[in-house]
Amino acid sequence: MTASHSLSTEDLTLGYGDRDVIEGLDLTLAAGRITVIVGANACGKSTLLRSMSRLLTPRTGRVVLDGKQVHRIPAKELARTLGLLPQSPVTPEGITVLDLVGRGRHPHQRAFSRWTQKDDAAVAAALEATRTTDLADRSVDELSGGQRQRVWIAMALAQQTDLLLLDEPTTFLDISHQIEVLDLLTDLNRTRGTTIVMVLHDLNLAARYADRLVALAAGRLHAAGTTGEVMTEETVRSVYGMESRVIDDPVSGKPLVLPIGRHHSAAADVPAGSPAGSG
Amino acid sequence: MNAPVLEDQSAVPAPPTLRAVTRARVRGAYRRRIVASAILLLVAAAFVLSLMAGHTFYPAGDVLRVVLGEDVPGASFTVGTLRLPRAVLAVAAGFSFGIAGVTFQTMLRNPLASPDVIGITSGAGAAAAIAIVMFSLGGTEVSVVAIVAALAVALLVYTLAFRDGVAGTRLILIGIGIAALLDSVTSYVLSQAGEWDLQEAMRWLTGSLNGTTWQETAPAGFALLVLGPVLLHQARNLSALSLGDDTASALGVRVERTRLVVIVAAVGLIAFATAAAGPIAFVAFLSGPIAARLVGTGGSLLVPAGLVGALLVLCADFTGQYAFGTRFPVGIVTGVLGAPYLVYLIVRTNRAGGSL
Repeated sequence: MTASHSLSTEDLTLGYGDRDVIEGLDLTLAAGRITVIVGANACGKSTLLRSMSRLLTPRTGRVVLDGKQVHRIPAKELARTLGLLPQSPVTPEGITVLDLVGRGRHPHQRAFSRWTQKDDAAVAAALEATRTTDLADRSVDELSGGQRQRVWIAMALAQQTDLLLLDEPTTFLDISHQIEVLDLLTDLNRTRGTTIVMVLHDLNLAARYADRLVALAAGRLHAAGTTGEVMTEETVRSVYGMESRVIDDPVSGKPLVLPIGRHHSAAADVPAGSPAGSG
Repeated sequence: MNAPVLEDQSAVPAPPTLRAVTRARVRGAYRRRIVASAILLLVAAAFVLSLMAGHTFYPAGDVLRVVLGEDVPGASFTVGTLRLPRAVLAVAAGFSFGIAGVTFQTMLRNPLASPDVIGITSGAGAAAAIAIVMFSLGGTEVSVVAIVAALAVALLVYTLAFRDGVAGTRLILIGIGIAALLDSVTSYVLSQAGEWDLQEAMRWLTGSLNGTTWQETAPAGFALLVLGPVLLHQARNLSALSLGDDTASALGVRVERTRLVVIVAAVGLIAFATAAAGPIAFVAFLSGPIAARLVGTGGSLLVPAGLVGALLVLCADFTGQYAFGTRFPVGIVTGVLGAPYLVYLIVRTNRAGGSL
């Protein structure tokens, strides 16, 4: 495995029905890094991820992986390089952890090919990486939310792709499980060099775990760059229409966003003339 | 760079984990094979028994000689002409219903989404009844009419259910409505038939193997030999589809293409089986869940569900013929088995807060 894949979009326009969700997006995703996409609800974050793994065909423009348009790469070949964990995957009733993780081997198998030792090794490694080995025989239905999310990540890991896209992998998890999942993805990035691109809702977790941030606003690229460059009070204002203070996180040294609402914000902290200050 | 070293380490699992995974996987595959073989043996036993037993009993030797083409007085007619085509059709139709049923249930991720619940079987049945009763068609023509009608119904249900993608529950509700409509078409056609033959009517209302000849059996058997392998070839794609369209696509499944191939093959199997034996109630609906209970959900359910379907039809037909004072068609017996399970599933869906 190498981490030298390049993934980018060129003048990408995406939409559903007669509505364009993403317009003319040019974006290069850093190889071997963790990139987090942030933006307000319905700004096209998930849509962008879906098009990168060719779940959605672009209106215009293209998604390019290693110089090839992803929509022209054979489905299984693409799935051996690029994995995607959707926001709400479906858990078949009664399936065991081991069987679910094994499904991740699909792109490496053919219709009637036999299960190989290599498949077993990939599954075992995925279980170990996500610390779900002890759950292997359990039914996925009966796991807690955090365990279940780890199992789904294990399935994506068993796919053994160099690029992994995740759509809000921490939704519905409590804070400790969110940290656990993000730490796990960071381990994966550091030890295997897996390129990770994910959508996160929590700005502070995004700022802490991202090497690079991409901020979308209304289907367009607002800012892209290192966390320090992107996570500013100006970005929060433009992307979310909200005033904030951005300070240094005493734990990580990364930016920490403190939202300013109409209540509980000391007057001195509110920039003069801002809408939030007048309330 | 030290990255590759680290990378290799993390990709190689600790030997005990690998051994545990291999052991669990081999154990699962072994169990599936044992259970599937056991069902296969039961199917074979029921098949042979249904050739031997009946109002007259013929020993296995006589049956074997008939099957090999020898002329055995008495047995040649009873076994060769009456029982053999009937038993072969029971296996072919049962297997077809079972494998097509579990295909739909897996693809639509809902045990209620079986072709006999969502109107596809009813469509094939109504078309076949019209073709036979009103137009006096026979054999292959009936099969062709049935398959066209079944595909049309599948397309209709899919189109009516389509609104920004197909939601399982909406499709099922629409399918149940279409099924009721088509069943009343069948009843109407039968009530208009000049010469009202009870046996023939029962075939199209509930499914029956009474009076089966090779003329009915051959197309159904042939369809299974052609379309069965097509479905088996899609088995892994189908398993991936049960994780949701997005996940399946991310795993390299061409979702739309897989769905098209699978629907055409499964609908074809339903149509050929229905044209021969009528819409045998609930076999498609029951086989998958029974197979899942028996073999577990680890591997593909296609073959186990087909075998369970064949076993259900063989046993139900035998029961219907000989267990009661009067001869009941096979569909009555499977209907009695299937209806409570349908009620159970609907009750459970409601309890789970489902929107059905």
